[in-house]
Amino acid sequence: MKSLWRYLQPYKWRMAGVMCVKLLATSLELLIPYVMKHLIDRVVPTKNLLLAVAWGAVMLLLAVSVRMINVRANRMSVRTARNAAYALRRDLFHAAIRLSGAQTDRVGLPSLISRMTSDSYNVQSFTQSAQTIGIRAPIMLLGGIGITLIMDAGLAVILCVMAPIMIALVVFVSLKGIPLYDMVQRGMDDIVRVMRENITGIRVVKALSREEHERGRFSGVNRETARRDIRAGVTMALPGPIVSLFLNVGLTLVVLIGARRVNAGATEPGTILAFLTYFNMILMGVMGLNRIFMMMSKANASVRRIQAVTDLPDDLPRLDEAETTPAPEKGMLVFDHVSFSYLPDEGGGDRDASKFAGQQRQKSLEDVSFAVPEGGSLGIIGATGSGKTTIINLLMRFYDPQAGHVYVDGKDVRAWDRAALRRRFGVALQTDVIFADTIRENIVLARDVNDEALRAAASDAMAGGFIEAYEDGYDHRAVIAGANFSGGQKQRLMVARALAASPDILILDDASSALDYRTDAALRRAIREHHAETTAVIVAQRCSSVMNLDQILVLEEGRIIGKGTHAELLETCPTYRDIYETQMGEVS
Amino acid sequence: MARRDSIMHKPKDSRGAFLRLTRMLGPFRWMIAGVAVLCVVSNLLSLWGPRLAGEAIEAAAAGKGLVDLGLVSALAGRMLACYLTASLLSFVIHTLMVNISRRFAGQMRQRVFDKLMRLPVGFFDRNQAGDVISRVSYDIDVIATCMATDVVSILTSVVTVAGSLVMMLTISPLLSLVTLFSVPAAILYTSRMRKLTQPRFKARSKRYGEMNGFVEEMLSGQKTIQAYAYEGTAEERFDGVNTAAAEGYWEADRYGVTIGPTMGMINNVTLGLIALLGSVLYMQPVPMISLGDISSFVLYSRKFSGPINEIANIINELFSALAAAERVFGLLDEEEETPDRENAFVHDLVRGDVAMEDVSFGYEEGKRILHSLSLHAEPGKLFAIVGPTGAGKTTIINLLMRFYDVNEGRILLDGVDLRDATRRSVRGAWAMVLQDTWLFRGTIFDNIAYGRPNATMDEVVAAAKAAHIHAFIMRLPEGYQTVISEDGGNISKGQKQLLTIARAMLYDARMLILDEATSNVDTGTERRIQEAMRALMHDKTCFVIAHRLSTIRSADSILVLDRGDVVEQGTHETLMAKKGFYWKLYAAQFE
Repeated sequence: MKSLWRYLQPYKWRMAGVMCVKLLATSLELLIPYVMKHLIDRVVPTKNLLLAVAWGAVMLLLAVSVRMINVRANRMSVRTARNAAYALRRDLFHAAIRLSGAQTDRVGLPSLISRMTSDSYNVQSFTQSAQTIGIRAPIMLLGGIGITLIMDAGLAVILCVMAPIMIALVVFVSLKGIPLYDMVQRGMDDIVRVMRENITGIRVVKALSREEHERGRFSGVNRETARRDIRAGVTMALPGPIVSLFLNVGLTLVVLIGARRVNAGATEPGTILAFLTYFNMILMGVMGLNRIFMMMSKANASVRRIQAVTDLPDDLPRLDEAETTPAPEKGMLVFDHVSFSYLPDEGGGDRDASKFAGQQRQKSLEDVSFAVPEGGSLGIIGATGSGKTTIINLLMRFYDPQAGHVYVDGKDVRAWDRAALRRRFGVALQTDVIFADTIRENIVLARDVNDEALRAAASDAMAGGFIEAYEDGYDHRAVIAGANFSGGQKQRLMVARALAASPDILILDDASSALDYRTDAALRRAIREHHAETTAVIVAQRCSSVMNLDQILVLEEGRIIGKGTHAELLETCPTYRDIYETQMGEVS
Repeated sequence: MARRDSIMHKPKDSRGAFLRLTRMLGPFRWMIAGVAVLCVVSNLLSLWGPRLAGEAIEAAAAGKGLVDLGLVSALAGRMLACYLTASLLSFVIHTLMVNISRRFAGQMRQRVFDKLMRLPVGFFDRNQAGDVISRVSYDIDVIATCMATDVVSILTSVVTVAGSLVMMLTISPLLSLVTLFSVPAAILYTSRMRKLTQPRFKARSKRYGEMNGFVEEMLSGQKTIQAYAYEGTAEERFDGVNTAAAEGYWEADRYGVTIGPTMGMINNVTLGLIALLGSVLYMQPVPMISLGDISSFVLYSRKFSGPINEIANIINELFSALAAAERVFGLLDEEEETPDRENAFVHDLVRGDVAMEDVSFGYEEGKRILHSLSLHAEPGKLFAIVGPTGAGKTTIINLLMRFYDVNEGRILLDGVDLRDATRRSVRGAWAMVLQDTWLFRGTIFDNIAYGRPNATMDEVVAAAKAAHIHAFIMRLPEGYQTVISEDGGNISKGQKQLLTIARAMLYDARMLILDEATSNVDTGTERRIQEAMRALMHDKTCFVIAHRLSTIRSADSILVLDRGDVVEQGTHETLMAKKGFYWKLYAAQFE
């Protein structure tokens, strides 16, 4: 509740305003039955037609004004909810887009997206309903009880005893229901998983004629989920009948006791009738409160999930240059005894998990040192998981190493302004994406790149040909994730993006894996010829992509096991020779 | 791959969808009939309740000392019985409906899944997994929820409206005229509002969808954005879509939130009119109505207006459920794999003689990928297929496994046209190791034994040993019983590949299809994979999408593909001597 309130606080006056207006509307609404009672009990018996018409007009007037005030209040609440949700989403997005690599890993992309969409939506609908139902329901409940107390305190005692029991029961049942629905949700996850497994593996399933088996597997999770769903549904079918049963039992008691009291002269028969109306109001109040209660616990959990992201501190703060140790050697890019692990506190944690995953839990980089002079080129080769990409991640400061230092242009990366540091790079990463935008914007990315540079970059990246083949050329639009391009076209666009601003440092992380050898070779030639002064780092699986570079690092399990030129490595590094020999038979 | 289109249909035939849904509900008809009867009884009881209360109040109205307490107690007893039964019935009704709707949903999901199992592989190439899955998870859920709540609501409404109307007419036909105002007003208003708000709500969903899409896109590209210091622009653009979403919400809900108060107003105006008209009737020289009757009338008119207000909501939900049903039906109506020919040949002991004769094929009409391709693989021979990405290498495999049928020409297995044999026996003749290794969540044992479910532990271990994966498995905490998580996330890519090789080893078919993509694994694993594959290929007719020189060199024939055409065919030596396309491909890597 506290975190939710913290968030709604900026709107407290406006929300208070809405609640006041709503209070007015509900009070007026409560007047209508009262006016009618007056009309029928007091005015009609006098047979004064004019007066009766006048009171009838009052009722109609009340009806119309209640509507207008309610609409006004509702619209105000929509406006508040809109503003609150807008700000919430803005804060969340602005925080999410700037999270460090380690933070993004911890939260996870699917979770970030669901926080952005369904959690912010929960808060929005709660903010709206809290101001409308949230005020209406308690007024109905308390007003109903209050009026009945005034009318006949003796009879109203029945209500005062029953209302809390009823509320407690309803809340209790609802709370029981929530975990049941969690179970249903998990069952649905299983259903989706089995379906996904079958859709992705349909060729294997069909090749091995295991359709019948898969049907059985699906039917298992499907039945289990239906069973859980029924259990949850039956539990949640309870509150409605419980509430109406309680109220109706109360009503019967009122009639029974009321009749005795009338007989004893303690109350009037009209009161019993009035109780009927107010009972209904109380019923609506209880159900409304239950709904608000549910929404609130949901919204509260959602806000907490959102704040868990927005409250994350900057875990890559900028250091004062004086605080850092100067670079041990000259060079554009220098790694000095760098060790790094993506999960630094994994060591003592989950024993079973670490035993199971075995060698995956080791450090991603261990004691890595190298230097690349300005204008030089570096190739990095090694198996998946050997730490190639990690080097890039540390160079661009997506993460900070646990030990050792990383220097760019003679300065510790932690002393750089992050944006200024990254602007010196042109990168094509494995995880890079093509945005749903024009080709031009995808390459330029809001940088200072003119048309000439754009075309030059595209042509160097071997992308000019296919781009210009489009009728609208560089204004051709990519769809989300660049799904309208082939893998090779996407990679070439990303390389063009990396080259476009003529960066000081060029990084290609496995950026040509989808290209055939000929295109890859042409691309390498273009970079060599037109970007000779650029310091280049090329990460690859294929020897042919790195064999012509000044220096090659061979990584295995986070360690450098070979360093030197192609010719040197063939002599000194058996692993490199192995890779070279296995690969030099590939023809596609 | 083939073109991607979506199985998305606009709801167009609501009537047809409704009838079909009703037919599918057949097995539940007795339960539904039971619910209907209970619904009528329960609602009549709750209509009777106020009447008993009214009588009790009449009895109590006699005044001080004159109340017939015996009568009141009797009436109260009947009231209690009435309400108790009504509550109980309402619980029973809900329970029944939850049972019916959830079991129906379960059956429908199973039906969709069974259908998927009968669809041709091409369907999965054309449709996105997410789209198909949303039909099972989301659409069927919409239908079930609608059934569980709306069926009861409709029944309740009908009984309540009819019952209240009868009561009101018996009390005062003249006063009932007021409903001539309230009912049309409510119906007119809701239909007008629906027309007004529906496009706005649609626009709202669309803008939310756009915002979600944008967020997903930007967050997936977070690293790219940071690498290019593009955060500022991304934020600006997000502020734009965020504003649009906020405005969409405002524009839609601004009107949406007027519906409740307006319906309330119609009710209150009705109340006022009843009071007014009632007074006039009472004030006639000969009173045409009693005061007590006005009170009862008010009570019943309240009951009457409740369901009328609900109608608009229910209709909306019904239509969205029908639209969901149509989407599910669209999937159920997809064309299935053509059934096997009658008395189709069943391959039993396959020799492994494969011939393609003038085969032409395209995934789409008029877009041929293979043009009169012919080849003949004798038993035990090794065919290597090479060519750049997208040349159509997978297409040949799709045809050999009969995932697709050829457009022209024919493929013979041991001299029998593939189309004349059962799919099961054709596919059973092949073992297959594909590039994207497919594992499911289950034990290692089950994953290896997938092709031969009755395999013994010894056989599985033998296959794992032959695939050089046994030692790794034994290091796992629970050995062969270790559960692999979804998409095998907790084991490395190379080990996944070895597991699928073990699966193929155990399957032990006479023929083999192998996709030899360079795996991104360390050299040790790479060597083990190569050895395992070589063992697997031994003595089988093999079609290999080849990447390794050793494989290609030892192939009996190399098929060189480019853009769907077989450009060259021969052994490594003859092709190198030709200095053609193959030679160029081969030479490019040394540049």
